[in-house]
Amino acid sequence: MAKQVPLVDYLQLGEQPHLTAHRCVDCGARYFDRRNACASCFGDRFVEETVATEGEVRAFTIVTFAAPGVPVPFVAAVIDCGGVSVRANLVHVEPDADHVHLGMKVRLVTFPIGTDDDGVEAIAFGFEPLVPAATAGGA
Amino acid sequence: MANDDIWILGINMTKFGKHKDLDTVDLAAQAARAALADGGVTMNDIGVIAAGNLMGGGGIGQQLQKQIGQTGVPVYNVSNACATGATALRTAIMAIKAGETEMGLAVGVEKLAGAGLLGGGGKAKSDKKTWEPSGRYGAVASIDGRIGTNAMPGIFAQVGMEYGHRYGGTSFELFARIAEKNHSHSTLNPLAAYTKRMTLEEIMNDVMIAYPNTRSMCSANCDGAAAAVVTTGAKLKTLSKEQQRRAVKVAASVLTTDPWQEACQVLPDVNTLTRNAAKQAYEQAGVGPDELDLVELHDCFATAELVHYDNLMLCEEGGAVDFFNSGATWRDGRMPVNVSGGLQSKGHPIAATGIANVWEICHHLRGEAGDRQIEGAKVGLAHVIGLGSACGVHILERSGL
Repeated sequence: MAKQVPLVDYLQLGEQPHLTAHRCVDCGARYFDRRNACASCFGDRFVEETVATEGEVRAFTIVTFAAPGVPVPFVAAVIDCGGVSVRANLVHVEPDADHVHLGMKVRLVTFPIGTDDDGVEAIAFGFEPLVPAATAGGA
Repeated sequence: MANDDIWILGINMTKFGKHKDLDTVDLAAQAARAALADGGVTMNDIGVIAAGNLMGGGGIGQQLQKQIGQTGVPVYNVSNACATGATALRTAIMAIKAGETEMGLAVGVEKLAGAGLLGGGGKAKSDKKTWEPSGRYGAVASIDGRIGTNAMPGIFAQVGMEYGHRYGGTSFELFARIAEKNHSHSTLNPLAAYTKRMTLEEIMNDVMIAYPNTRSMCSANCDGAAAAVVTTGAKLKTLSKEQQRRAVKVAASVLTTDPWQEACQVLPDVNTLTRNAAKQAYEQAGVGPDELDLVELHDCFATAELVHYDNLMLCEEGGAVDFFNSGATWRDGRMPVNVSGGLQSKGHPIAATGIANVWEICHHLRGEAGDRQIEGAKVGLAHVIGLGSACGVHILERSGL
């Protein structure tokens, strides 16, 4: 199997891919980026915490016009994963307002986004609907 | 008038739009000279200059001095995203309140026509030939478009959608109707970048940028400048009755940043710092939201205007949708919002916006707003927010004379 790297260092690959956050030991605030100190309480001790891989869409937009080099359309969202807000794209869903909903239940998935000159594959993450979109029509 | 009150003595905004033949300094000079003339003073009266410009090469204050008067006074070049203009105004006010001088000039200017999408992409992140983690997320490739969006229309779309998720009642059409209002208001504003009324259908069928924001629901990139001369009550008393009559009292001047909130690292929280600024401003001014005759708020996107009705406490908490649906924020409603046309139609030359909003309020308080005059306006509020974030709120009162 090709060697893999995650798109960002807070994505943990392996059997059960998941995100991790730096949790402030003193106040519990969580961060995905490298921190000098806690923005909430100024403490400087952090531990790694696993973030839930299922959550609920709290906000989304369907981006149809983006900076050069960014493929559109895509669905950008904020997902509430057990109290931790996660920024991610929604994947495996039609990018339109008939298929994407506020409050939608989603789960983390990973997928390759390319291979470099050394044969290393980069792996990104997104969130897909927990329940595949019901077919339109019916009653 | 109390000696230590702060007053706007002169103020001006240029026409917003495309100024092909004017550069950044030309526009700043035009607004600054007009603000001085409006106040009946000259550069000899100015003891401090605060100037803002984001997209130019830097040092706008000194470049401006070289065109309108090099008197050797201190210049503060300020940069605070979309709150840059308000920050310049606040900087001049702080210098006066500190007792360092009795009159200051604040200027904001931007050349932005044709700038396109702001905030997205960043430096061309050619995905490298070997994956190498960099930055605070240890990212091996650009995250814009792969992990959400960095572009403003999508960020502010989510801000509006989040409000809808929390309180309900939002829809694509509701947000489009907010833009319909602002495009309608701008037909009465000869200085607006766009003065054409747009129907709801035209707005909803316009090019989709980031659902639910179509192009006409996004702030209009354009060129423009605005400038204000501020002084103390003590100084104003020494000036003419006419200057005293047209002067506008700065009843509150507040700048805030966002305090830490759980989600603010993921989606900018434009709500908490705006609410904090509004609370402080109402307290400073000793007026409540019900006493405002008009409001110019930072409608950088239609989705943003909705949440700021709530953040500025113009409505009950969670009640922004009902408030808008009541017609309150149209120019003939009980709380006119963005009668200038707002950023969506008047335009948004970034660093000028925070002073241009104040100009609009002053224009009404002086009874000089012509066809779009809000009759009898006594008190108004101007709000801007720049992502990062910074929020400026100014409450302005008509002179009692």
